[in-house]
Amino acid sequence: MQGDQRAHAAVRLEGVSITYRLPDGRRYPAVSATDLAVASGEFVALVGPTGCGKSTLLNVVAGLVAPSTGRVLIDGDPLSGINHRAGYLFQQEALFPWKTALANVALGLEVKGVPRGEARAKAERWLARVGLGAFADRYPHQLSGGQKKRVGLAQVLAREPSILLMDEPFGPLDAQTRAIMGELLLELWSAEKKAVLFVTHDLEEAIALADRVLIMSAGPEARIIGDHRVPIARPRDIHEVRLTPAFLEIHRALWHELRAEVLKGYARSEGTTDRLP
Amino acid sequence: MRARATLLFWQVLVFVLFLAGWHFGTATGVLDPFFFSRPLDVLERTWRDFASGVIWRHLWITLVETILAFVLGSIGGVLAGFWLARRELLSAIFQPYLKAINAMPRVVLAPIFALWFGLGIWSKVALGVTLVFFIVFFAVYQGVREVNPVLVANARMLGMNERQMLRHLYMPAALSWMFASLHAAVGFALVGAVVGEYLGSAAGLGYRIQQAEGSFDVTGVFSGMLVLAVFVLVIDALVSFVERRLLVWRPQAAVTGIEA
Ligand SMILES: Nc1ncnc2c1ncn2[C@@H]1O[C@H](COP(=O)(O)OP(=O)(O)O)[C@@H](O)[C@H]1O
Ligand SMILES: [Mg+2]
Repeated sequence: MQGDQRAHAAVRLEGVSITYRLPDGRRYPAVSATDLAVASGEFVALVGPTGCGKSTLLNVVAGLVAPSTGRVLIDGDPLSGINHRAGYLFQQEALFPWKTALANVALGLEVKGVPRGEARAKAERWLARVGLGAFADRYPHQLSGGQKKRVGLAQVLAREPSILLMDEPFGPLDAQTRAIMGELLLELWSAEKKAVLFVTHDLEEAIALADRVLIMSAGPEARIIGDHRVPIARPRDIHEVRLTPAFLEIHRALWHELRAEVLKGYARSEGTTDRLP
Repeated sequence: MRARATLLFWQVLVFVLFLAGWHFGTATGVLDPFFFSRPLDVLERTWRDFASGVIWRHLWITLVETILAFVLGSIGGVLAGFWLARRELLSAIFQPYLKAINAMPRVVLAPIFALWFGLGIWSKVALGVTLVFFIVFFAVYQGVREVNPVLVANARMLGMNERQMLRHLYMPAALSWMFASLHAAVGFALVGAVVGEYLGSAAGLGYRIQQAEGSFDVTGVFSGMLVLAVFVLVIDALVSFVERRLLVWRPQAAVTGIEA
């Protein structure tokens, strides 16, 4: 049974801890001994107070940061270097400003060796899928925040990763745009089910989108302290679902857990570096 | 378009006012024409030099020196900038030497270059190269070092190898820094050429200014400076033209597009 599960997990972290070395030589233990698994086709959301280490964990799964201890298994294989099965939608703006929307999406295909014409055609289809067919020739600075996120999503998905990592992707957007982006994401995800690890600070968003919600404790030495299945059937209507009793019930339970950590996080960041060794 | 015309009007007006002040200053005797010459004399001398054709040979030589210094210095600066920016240890080793050489006044090198490369164009080109190289080098170095780390992470996640990162990330990122520096580099290429000519040669605009100064011919000096000024404006405009072509993606381009 254990071996069986292992084979099925798209992402598995075993006892992963991450300690940053600060410029002044001190060490900061950001994340401590964390286990985490995302099955293929599963949508997992990760919530936690700011600065607890959510981005750090995503970077480990992406292969951008090597864990200090523990193992990262991707489809059962130990990860070394960049995780080429994963697509990563970053928290910050990550489009290439000197390339048009179309060229940005095509770039990820061209570097894989897809012929230019084919890459462009595919990029055009992806731009159309995220609703930006008419904006192919715009440069990033000519797009709105939401449009840039759509281009970023197309850039990542066009390469057909089996794992999708998203770091507060809709964070800076206004409420309406966030809801629309969430709908778009669920629509794309239900078409071709990828393993999704979705970081957000918005508990409602996490519950509305995910199959499972993980709660991280405040750092340092952050851990995953809660793992909750969302008992809401799919397909979901992101707006409607927030009004159902099932949603309210799980929201109340999770908020209770999260609130304690958020308060701890505040207390620690005000008490500054008392827990630094 | 109207904003452009208004701007041009004011730019020309500043020049006309300057000439008028100078003209009336010398006409009323406030400025001694022996020391300050007269604007009309300078224009006339410049016109005569072009009409008789004596200036063309000198202009050509200075142009060749400037272009050679600009091109060689820029190529060297770009290559060295890219190369060192990606190598922590090497750049740390070379850092103090680069700073020391760059802080040195290049004029002191002119006699040495004359010794090494002779009194022909190459000693002037060498002087210009030492100026241009460092400007472009530091700009490219900076541009590559300060590439947005999120873009680097995204490039790696998109599966780019070193060569692809250079082409799609580091080169375009450094390009706008490079162009900002190329404007200064054009000026310094010309400075290198003219200073070199001034300190020892038999041709070029610097040589002509030096000759005029030797005979207290202030009109000749100012005429030479006028030709230099126009010359550098023309080259700078060419750099701007290429820049606009290559940096269409920059937000500034859109903003000026709205204004114009
Ligand atoms: N490169 C780094 N060097 C040192 N400390 C870091 C670095 N990156 C993140 N940290 C620290 O690790 C903790 C977790 O950061 P992060 O993963 O970005 O948090 P989150 O994404 O949950 O807001 C923070 O306290 C942050 O200051
Ligand atoms: Mg983060």
